Amino acid sequence: MAAAAAAWRLLAPLLFLLLLSACSTMPTVTGPVEPPLRRYEDLVKPGQPNMLDVKDSVEGFNRGSYRFNYYFDEYLYRPVVRGYEFIMPNYLEDRVSDAIDNLGEITNLTNNLMQFNLKGAGITVSRFVINSTIGVGGLWDQAKKMGLKRQTEDFGLTLGHYGTGSGSYLMLPVLGASNVRDTTGLIADLATSNYLGPVAWINDSTFTFAYSGIYAIDRRHRTPFRYRQTGSPFEYELIRTLYTMKRDFDIEQTKEQK
Amino acid sequence: MKRLLALTLLLVSFLAVRTAWATPAKSYFYPFVNPYEATVMELPKEFEVRLPDQIPVYEFDVRPFPKRKIPEVFWYEDGLACSLVYQDHKAPLVFLVAGSGSRFDVPRMLKLQKVLYQAGFHVISITSPTHMDFVVNASSGLPGIATDDAKDLYRVMDLAYQKVRGRVEVSEFLLAGYSLGGFDAAFIANLDDREHRFNFTRVLLMNPPVCLYDSVSALDRLLVDNVPGGMDNFDNWFRGVFSQTMHLSEAWSPGGLSGESMYRTYKRMQPSESNLAALIGLTARMNAADMIFTADVMNGGGYIVPKNVRLTSTTSLTRYAIVAYKTSFVDYFEQWLFPHYQKMESGLTREALLRRETLRSLEGYLKGNKKFGLIHNEDDIILVSGDIDYLQRVFDDRAWIFPSGGHMGNMFHPDVVSAITGFLKGKEE
Repeated sequence: MAAAAAAWRLLAPLLFLLLLSACSTMPTVTGPVEPPLRRYEDLVKPGQPNMLDVKDSVEGFNRGSYRFNYYFDEYLYRPVVRGYEFIMPNYLEDRVSDAIDNLGEITNLTNNLMQFNLKGAGITVSRFVINSTIGVGGLWDQAKKMGLKRQTEDFGLTLGHYGTGSGSYLMLPVLGASNVRDTTGLIADLATSNYLGPVAWINDSTFTFAYSGIYAIDRRHRTPFRYRQTGSPFEYELIRTLYTMKRDFDIEQTKEQK
Repeated sequence: MKRLLALTLLLVSFLAVRTAWATPAKSYFYPFVNPYEATVMELPKEFEVRLPDQIPVYEFDVRPFPKRKIPEVFWYEDGLACSLVYQDHKAPLVFLVAGSGSRFDVPRMLKLQKVLYQAGFHVISITSPTHMDFVVNASSGLPGIATDDAKDLYRVMDLAYQKVRGRVEVSEFLLAGYSLGGFDAAFIANLDDREHRFNFTRVLLMNPPVCLYDSVSALDRLLVDNVPGGMDNFDNWFRGVFSQTMHLSEAWSPGGLSGESMYRTYKRMQPSESNLAALIGLTARMNAADMIFTADVMNGGGYIVPKNVRLTSTTSLTRYAIVAYKTSFVDYFEQWLFPHYQKMESGLTREALLRRETLRSLEGYLKGNKKFGLIHNEDDIILVSGDIDYLQRVFDDRAWIFPSGGHMGNMFHPDVVSAITGFLKGKEE
């Protein structure tokens, strides 16, 4: 139950924000509107698909959330990560990343199994055993040196694998680009790792906090993305399109692997 | 057959250069013969000039129009960021102007800063007037007309120097820019000769266009002509390129959105020439679209955004984005820029405005002027036939023209770097 409660704690504020954010995606009109010189209707044939057109039913909320994430990243998240990078030698940073990846094998395993990707599941188990022993608790990725590549899977991909559509695009506060399917997947994976992962092994709230904190810092440390790096007024659209294309591509991959 | 063709081209290009001009070092060798490949691929590390890991940098903002109210849709804009790279002793200061659509801190600018720092200069780096940050914070009107962009740049340079003058001791002022930034530099120098705020002793133009209109048309054609099935098939083509890229790149991240990192991911593949060309064209088109949309909002709309419509931080921009990406610089020039200037100056013809947008309009000023230097490549894709001969004639013994390297692909080749620093130090042969 703890896991479900944790998932709910994550979801409840989100839903609350969604309700608040019936905020409009329409522009404010300040006078008589004249059509512009270059009109959408003249340049786009009816029914012609465009990859920038991604289903985005709560766009007003998403854009607000994007803006929040920009400030959060700029003034809190990255300064903390920079502090971490300043204190830690690069070598130790990599050890932390490897250890976290090793603990994350639990969701890779469950999702490979759910996709009936037995080979992927086998590799994941072998990797976990090798890295937890020879790799000293996962601090070193020895399995990779032996040619066993990480079989990254998540529940969003599993749902996609079985044909679940992506649903509307979602920009989650703090967590970033997602969609309805992947958010559901994220909650399921969170529940899995709460039941079966490190949080369940050591029943201690200090450990849970420390683990979550380090997990969050390591995740940002490894993500090269910087807000406003595109220098484009359409950064929101570009990320939305590329995120969607990337997840579609990954789902195709899960089907090819079988 | 292809290999034979490539080898022949390589030999011909070397022979042609040896006979025509002898300026570049005889040892010059560049591994990419195809100009598109040369433009996109970076020089392998072992061939590249060695640069320091860390250099002292101070970043700061300038606000040329402090009373300007920034539209809410650009909520992330707050002053134009610039950077100063500084020596701890008296040294010449180089103003470095970024190329089309680039910020002061794109990877190429960061590397150039290191090159110049290593050679003993202070450097103030300036974002291109075609980048949205500049358009929002520092453009006085519509971007894209060199003489007006030069005024805006000059104002920013002046403010930037005022901001850092207490931190550095400057012995003389120099000016350099690459691509459109090189083109801008010629016009800024011309303005400075009238206003004398800096009295630049040397000005270096790196891979500038000769005629801006020709260059932007050539770049846009790379996109339009190389998407198989035409622009109506763009989505399919891009999805294909995307999934090919994903197959090779293990660590995908949304950071792979900018032109520079698209190239980085892309070069892991064995791309076809037409895909490379289309990708270069796409980057140029996206840069133009960003600039045009931003300029439209800043000037009250009417081109892509309807007049009297105020975009907020939650307004959907998707439709405007689609229209903007279907708009080339040439469309912008023909439909908006030229009519706009014509309204301000009655009797102005299209040809007259276009003539202002070329280095030819400054020929009398540039020719024989010893303070100017030029670095270029014979196979630069932004040039059209006859441009290299023209540049050679105008810049004469202060032109370093390399046989290959595409559009700035060879910028950090040791021979190119020594031409850059040699000229700026005043030690050129």
